[in-house]
Amino acid sequence: MTGADIEWLGDSALLLRFGERVDAALSARVHAVVQALRGAALPGVRDIVPAYASITVHYDPAAWNESGAQEPPGARLAARLCDFVENCNISAAGKSLPAVEIPICYGGEFGPDLAEVAALAQLDVDTVIARHLAGAYRVAMLGFAPGFPYLLGLDPVLHTPRRAQPRTRVPAGSVAIGGAQTGIYPRDLPGGWQIIGRTPLALFDAARDPPALLAPSQRVRFRAIDAHAFAKLQG
Amino acid sequence: MSIRVVSPGLLTTVQDAGRRGHAAIGVGAAGAMDAVALRLANMLVGNAENAAALEFTLRGPRLIFETDNLIAITGAEIDTHCGDRALPAWRPLLLRAGSEVVFGGMRHGARAYLAIAGGIDLAPVIGSRSTDVNAQLGPIARPLAPNDVLPTVTAARAICADLWRALDRDRNAAFAAGNWSLDPTPWFWHDAQRPIRAIAGTHFARLDDASQRALFGASFRIGIDSNRVGFRLEGVPLMLREPLELISAGSVPGAVQLPPGGVPIVLTAEAPTTGGYPRIAQVIAVDQPHLAQRRPGDSVRFAQTDLADAQMRYLEREQALTRLRDTIRQRLEHPY
Repeated sequence: MTGADIEWLGDSALLLRFGERVDAALSARVHAVVQALRGAALPGVRDIVPAYASITVHYDPAAWNESGAQEPPGARLAARLCDFVENCNISAAGKSLPAVEIPICYGGEFGPDLAEVAALAQLDVDTVIARHLAGAYRVAMLGFAPGFPYLLGLDPVLHTPRRAQPRTRVPAGSVAIGGAQTGIYPRDLPGGWQIIGRTPLALFDAARDPPALLAPSQRVRFRAIDAHAFAKLQG
Repeated sequence: MSIRVVSPGLLTTVQDAGRRGHAAIGVGAAGAMDAVALRLANMLVGNAENAAALEFTLRGPRLIFETDNLIAITGAEIDTHCGDRALPAWRPLLLRAGSEVVFGGMRHGARAYLAIAGGIDLAPVIGSRSTDVNAQLGPIARPLAPNDVLPTVTAARAICADLWRALDRDRNAAFAAGNWSLDPTPWFWHDAQRPIRAIAGTHFARLDDASQRALFGASFRIGIDSNRVGFRLEGVPLMLREPLELISAGSVPGAVQLPPGGVPIVLTAEAPTTGGYPRIAQVIAVDQPHLAQRRPGDSVRFAQTDLADAQMRYLEREQALTRLRDTIRQRLEHPY
């Protein structure tokens, strides 16, 4: 496996960069290395954070200090990580999480931007829904807010620019498109993505274990439901 | 066994060392803005350094201590009164049950800490008792409000036995204070003009020449809309040579980001776990607590340093804190 570049995030974190693009192959590599890194349990590592094409490693410099060493502790960890990545066997990192099915009620009050997404794609609304449902998605990363998944796998026909005027409040559960990405708002948040539907599932619940419904690298399928089923599922 | 909030002050929250290890699901660290002041306050009452304490912002709360409590105040210089008597900071204090303490304004600094022996007895949420105000997370998932009740543990009498004896002797005293205190000088900067040290970030070289000079030369003002997520740095707008489209990657407290518009933002305790803005600098770990003590409207000037210097200073600070912890522990258990 080819290596990664190091970017320093100050003195207590560094970033392993695998590329500069959003794509499935890079993402798969990120998740394989993350899994191997978690297994390796290197000393002083406080957190490991996958993103589209990089991994952020938070660490305690004291754990990589060696008295009399010429180089700073971070350089020692970086060398160890670069070595680790080069010798990381992707096929050995196997464990994959079960796919999660997420019910969505498309359009209407739950998806106020569905018509606009359809107009921009030059499709009718039903075709947009069918194309969105047909996708095989994978969680590239979580961020922005606890439990917010950035999903890969959106049909290129549905890539839609963000809204010119972001909303100050996007309701919890909103399923939205921002450029090439699709994601789901875990709670009421400000946001600029195009909202096409809503799920009754809780994407994040601090009292649940695990708190986030979706984990990095997890596969996701969508299923269409009507407003009645939405109300029932919401309980 | 509890502390009752009569009035909460401007922004008072429960904070410990924060949530570590959950950034992969978008849960940030939160925790104390001035993490060193929190650790020292906890040391002064015999707690684990990462125990939950209260963080006050700019103006403190009014609290009623319903039992005898051993406390310590650190961080910003805050006017603190129990009745008509001022309470000293940076030392253990034993308060009598029923004491009402008024934490007022801050003469210097922006954040003060109140540690209570035994900590605040709340069940952790995702590994921490901290309130993440922005993410609305924690056992108390919001800033404190009037009539909130904070459960506490009865302080062990073995810690500061001399203070307990003093209070037992004098029935009229509302509190007993230790006759020694911690020198705050290394931990709290009186001088809010002192430069904050930072390392050039990954995209520093993408700034135009004037902006590169300004970042490590000009003075910025902390925006009044600053909060626990970050401080807006107002001043000369900083410009990239050419626009830079980045894909989201991990972000950390102390990162100086440059959103479109040219007003940099330095991320603090509630930094989002990921972000896509250019990273032009990174405040070094040992100076992040000092930055956290700057007030809205205060100025910030960055002094450039490098990774080796930043990590050396971090190691030195941790060694100094370890020595201090041992000294304080001895004082608490064997005062004479």
